Amino acid sequence: MRATRWESTLILPVSEDRDHIQGSADAPVTLVEYGDYECPYCGEAYPIVKEIQSRMGKQLRFVFRNFPISTAHPHAEIAAEAAEAAAAQDRFWEMHDHLYENQRHLREDDLRSYARAIELDRDMFDKELAEHAHADRVHEDFMSGVRSGVNGTPTFFINGVRYDDSYESETLLMALNGAAGIDVGG
Amino acid sequence: MVVARPVDTAEASYDAEPMSDDVRTGLDPRRDEDTLLSGTPLAPGTPAPDFVLPSTLDGTLGPKDRRGRPLILVFYPADWSPVCTDQLALYQEVMPEFEKHDAAMFGISVDGRWSHLAFAKDRNLGFPLLADFEPKGAVARTYGVYRAEDGTSERALFVIDPGGMVSWSYVSPTEVNPGADGILRALEDLAAKGVAR
Repeated sequence: MRATRWESTLILPVSEDRDHIQGSADAPVTLVEYGDYECPYCGEAYPIVKEIQSRMGKQLRFVFRNFPISTAHPHAEIAAEAAEAAAAQDRFWEMHDHLYENQRHLREDDLRSYARAIELDRDMFDKELAEHAHADRVHEDFMSGVRSGVNGTPTFFINGVRYDDSYESETLLMALNGAAGIDVGG
Repeated sequence: MVVARPVDTAEASYDAEPMSDDVRTGLDPRRDEDTLLSGTPLAPGTPAPDFVLPSTLDGTLGPKDRRGRPLILVFYPADWSPVCTDQLALYQEVMPEFEKHDAAMFGISVDGRWSHLAFAKDRNLGFPLLADFEPKGAVARTYGVYRAEDGTSERALFVIDPGGMVSWSYVSPTEVNPGADGILRALEDLAAKGVAR
């Protein structure tokens, strides 16, 4: 008989070649988010992560992976593919920010206007979106999340271990500082 | 233990010998042991009790309607609660992966069929939700996952092999969405043993 244990660790390690990363590989703590661009909870987490990034500076490396739940969020998949299309033109984070700052406006027209705003090659962007050129990548992210124990969005991993506590900023910051070995005092 | 039987289940095992603690696999070690189950979740190797319940899809459904395929039973406490919503939406999203193993899925709660219908429509759920409504929780009891103090089932997962035996079970703390990975591993185990795709 096999005992079941929930191994909530990241099965696809962070890769500098593959992943969308802010911060240095030398940072003592890596925060990975599995997120959905249409998920309101991810929208709540978005400014919190920004704030924590600015407070932790070089101590933190942040990685974003796609986890669109299309059943609940009909525009989440195409938004994720748009972010990947922007990544193909080295503009992932600009698109990522546009998407989270405009969560209620994720129709294809909206996505094309964000592509214009960040000065992407529009023909290439439109073509890749129409052909779902990045659907495989999005699915690979999604399945890596499923197999790592992602059960909803957002799900965070701190140095490869699933973080189950609140992502309210002080709580998350304390956990990250703890993982980074930073003594923040009592 | 007095159990209301939804159907006559000759092979049902809930009245078999009490199980010792060491077969209570799948219990999350974080569980507060004070929140006692009304029963013990059926362990791997146990025949899965048959039942027939009202369904959102086909009138009534039960394990026999899916015999020959792996069957995933998802017991959840209630329609509409936030954790359930995430959990079932996730399973809908992961459905193509379950289907690679030819697996079928039933969601089961004590909610009535009308609640299930509205919930399934609102959340775009394509797999059937079964109403364990009358007698309330009878199927959850036969699987050992009824919470008498709450009047709902546990948040529990069972994978039943194509021959009708429980091959994996897991009870999650009620507030924790157990995700899909355990189910996929259980299906992969069945495939590795050659009893499923």
